[in-house]
Amino acid sequence: MTMTSTAETSAGRTAACPVVLRVEGLDVDIRTPAGTVRAVSNAGFEARAGQTLALLGESGCGKSMTAKAVAGLLDPVAHVAGGSAELEGRDLLRMTPKQRRKVAGAELGIVFQDALTALNPVYPVGVQLGEAFRIHHGASAARAREQAVQLMRRVGIPEPESRVNAYPHQFSGGMRQRILIAMAVALSPRLLIADEPTTALDVTVQAQIMDLLRSLREEGDMAVVLITHDLAVVAEEADDVVVMYAGTVAEQGPVGQVFANPRHPYTKGLLESVPVDAERGSSLASIPGSPPELKNIPAGCVYQDRCPLAQAVCRQERPVLREVAPGRRAACHFSDSLATASTLEEIQP
Amino acid sequence: MTALLDRTVADRPAALEVRDVVKTFHVSRSASGNNRLRALDGINLSVGRGETLGLVGESGCGKSTLARTLMLLEKPDSGSVTFDGQDPFSLKGKDLLSWRRRVQMVFQDPFASLNARMTAGDIISEPWATHRGLHRTSREREARLAELLQLVGLRASDARKSPQEFSGGQRQRIGIARALALNPELIILDEPVSALDLSVQAQVLNLLNDLQQQLGVSYIFISHDLSVVRHVTDRVAVMYLGRIIETGTTEDVFERPLHPYTAALMSASPKLDPAARPAERIVLKGELPSPLDPPSGCRFRTRCWKAQDICAAEAPRKRTAAEAGRTVLPMPALRRPGLPVEHLAECHFPLAVPAGPDAARE
Amino acid sequence: MSQTIQDLPGTGPAPQTGPGAGARPDAKSNNPGLFRMLLRDKFASAGAVILLLVLLTAAFGPMLMGDLATRQNLLFANKAPFNPANGWEYFLGSDSLGRSVLARLVVATRTTLAVAVPAVAVAMVIGSLWGVWAGYHRGWRENVSMRVADVIMSFPSLLLAVVVLYVFSPSAANIVLILALTRIPIYLRTARAESAELQSRTFVDAARTFGARPNAIIRRHVIPVVTPTILTLATLEFCYVMLAESSLSFLGIGIQPPDASWGLLVSQGRQYLQTAWWLSIFPGLAIVITAISANMLAAWLRIATDPAQRWRLALPGRRKLIVRLKAKESK
Repeated sequence: MTMTSTAETSAGRTAACPVVLRVEGLDVDIRTPAGTVRAVSNAGFEARAGQTLALLGESGCGKSMTAKAVAGLLDPVAHVAGGSAELEGRDLLRMTPKQRRKVAGAELGIVFQDALTALNPVYPVGVQLGEAFRIHHGASAARAREQAVQLMRRVGIPEPESRVNAYPHQFSGGMRQRILIAMAVALSPRLLIADEPTTALDVTVQAQIMDLLRSLREEGDMAVVLITHDLAVVAEEADDVVVMYAGTVAEQGPVGQVFANPRHPYTKGLLESVPVDAERGSSLASIPGSPPELKNIPAGCVYQDRCPLAQAVCRQERPVLREVAPGRRAACHFSDSLATASTLEEIQP
Repeated sequence: MTALLDRTVADRPAALEVRDVVKTFHVSRSASGNNRLRALDGINLSVGRGETLGLVGESGCGKSTLARTLMLLEKPDSGSVTFDGQDPFSLKGKDLLSWRRRVQMVFQDPFASLNARMTAGDIISEPWATHRGLHRTSREREARLAELLQLVGLRASDARKSPQEFSGGQRQRIGIARALALNPELIILDEPVSALDLSVQAQVLNLLNDLQQQLGVSYIFISHDLSVVRHVTDRVAVMYLGRIIETGTTEDVFERPLHPYTAALMSASPKLDPAARPAERIVLKGELPSPLDPPSGCRFRTRCWKAQDICAAEAPRKRTAAEAGRTVLPMPALRRPGLPVEHLAECHFPLAVPAGPDAARE
Repeated sequence: MSQTIQDLPGTGPAPQTGPGAGARPDAKSNNPGLFRMLLRDKFASAGAVILLLVLLTAAFGPMLMGDLATRQNLLFANKAPFNPANGWEYFLGSDSLGRSVLARLVVATRTTLAVAVPAVAVAMVIGSLWGVWAGYHRGWRENVSMRVADVIMSFPSLLLAVVVLYVFSPSAANIVLILALTRIPIYLRTARAESAELQSRTFVDAARTFGARPNAIIRRHVIPVVTPTILTLATLEFCYVMLAESSLSFLGIGIQPPDASWGLLVSQGRQYLQTAWWLSIFPGLAIVITAISANMLAAWLRIATDPAQRWRLALPGRRKLIVRLKAKESK
């Protein structure tokens, strides 16, 4: 697989863009019948204005939990155990509920995966879209409706004037997702968190939604945090990527560099298990085993059980996330050898 | 090109033949007063022995209904399904059971498709409770169970565990072992990896590939993930609103799509490799029309950038790549009659330029 | 909330890592026998013990009591309970005719169970099999069954019982039949709803694809899932049937004196509630304790027979969870 490096371009852009969201040392705990487990451990990243940051990982890796913690939408069984998440300098995790409500919508918009359950079935979409204006700007019902029509037009819903009174179930999946996006960007937030926004959608609709997100991001100079498990979507849409595994950040940096030259064996394994123009019938490289359960996360490196490079040091010592190149960080004892080796086998002692 | 010919399927006789299958469902009335939903509208396809046929399309295109029809879970209104010339809908009793034995299915959701109250061993050996003749003694059944578990990469001791004790990928292995229990000749794989994580997905795809090489079984691989389909299939059929609108070898369909819809589908699917990305992506306008009121003439015309008046008036017939104005390498000696390995598309204006996306953009 | 916990990754019953990557060493202990699991649960064990005692009382009690239940002794009329001076026969007091409440309670146990258990069992078996069948096949079978259920439900059951028991003699068999008939729709509806949902599940589709017959699928995939729900329902119905029997007895068309049932004792004692509370309180307590024990055992059974829930029983703080589950069910 060949990768053209986009290092220069993204590095150049990154420097120019102000940081909108800075997450540092975020820990999230979940209470379970078997005791408290750490679902997210020491997560940190920065989302910049006008750029897309992807949180990438498999189910249960903590990517959604991280985003929910930032958005203040954790389940009652989960709570933030430490760290900070600063939105333009103010820590979201230390806000009172009242302050948070003020921030929600106005500065931070969220798009969920399941558009049908995220919309209230008993209200017309126009009412739900206008709600943000009524709450935050004290707009009248008529004015809010007008704004709703404008929003619907902005996200590409045909005939918004006649459909503003329609109910969520009267829209297709793609259109419902557009409505959710419209709700999230209604007040032109600085940060948009999109949690698997296209997972439930077909490919052609996914392309439409991604186009829409991109144009909204550019229009509003928003920072977008895109949560996804799809490597190809990350490769196409994101500027920076945070690869998460078992609640920890495995690797992060500009997408082009990370995907072209991964510095963590997990990232490398993921990239190799994507069937990309591989010979029909040929065997795919696959990562053996499956991710550990949260309650059984091993001491030392979280990836040791599946890692082809694992050594004694990996079982004793958890690698810290450290800078491996300008703008890139990885949590692996062997990330330096990964930089030069072209295959994992070369590093085998 | 020669690499493709090595894997060509033309020398294999067709195992499963589907001819003009139509399936209509009665649903509550739509806006236009129609209550008959044509989920399948004249489906033709064939699968050769040891071959993998990919079935791609978006939700609502009828691919799941087709799979259910092939598994005799739905009865078609008209048309025929035959395996080795036998039509299951005319069979009864023992003959029907022996037909069922030849065609089996792996389901999408590895959680819902296994009964949580049974052990893995019970689940895999469940088919033998119906097909009693297959393994007469319990010793035979136990030996076969151990063999099946080993075949799909599980341990013999796993037979006593219940599905909850397995991860998603391991559960899908149980589902595959159950499908293999009757020694089928064709397995329908309905989105077998779409519920699995990427790192586990590759394990299951490898397993399916190994099994095919070991057992010579044919697959119908239904998926919406184009990169997976491309990796595992020999031939591909693209469905849109209850019809197959394009068929051909996987390479032909993916590299040189004839139908504008196929071109749009290929172009829309995100690519990991920047070099593989189209210079300009075709983003289709509009949404899938309701299958209750499909457009007249060509079904795709409402979203097609090449649509003209004739597309609304007349349903397009099948056209070959040559008819589309392409030069096709002549290889008649390698192709035998009986199997449509030609590249066909149902379109009035098939794309003449192979790299459709850039040229075809409005 | 318990749902949330279950959905969270990695908190459920341990999936293993790796293809065939080994059984955990404690894999066996995860699946101990039902009996040992029962012993681990204090409440369910208590319920089981009480039910066993009730059954033993019904089986052997009347034999031990001899004619004590019908022997009248006016010297000992209306004695209050818990007075050792009266002797063990009158430990629970006596009625206005001087009959031992304890003995009458013991004898009534047999009558009560002889009516309630068969009535519940007959209604449960017929109703749930019928419902499972109707729900699995859908279509006209389902429609006809549900209309029949509606007709039975809409007819006042007490009135039906009165008519039938006046026409035929009020024998125990007739009471059982009439109580069973009027309670069939309860099981029918519940079983139908669950079965209709189950028949659309993928694992049922999978069974269909290898040609399993409907009855085999119902036996293998539907009944095991429906059974715990039906059993829970049956324990609740047990109380209802006991009370219904006592109403009939009160109207004089149920159990005929001098036979006694718990329900009959309660209703007979009601007029003396001011003066001799023990006459109706003790049989009432018997009903309540039996019902609660049955219910507790059923709640445990429901979790214990569901492999997806069984792990909850192995947790230290499981009491809370079970209570929570119960609360969810009753919603």
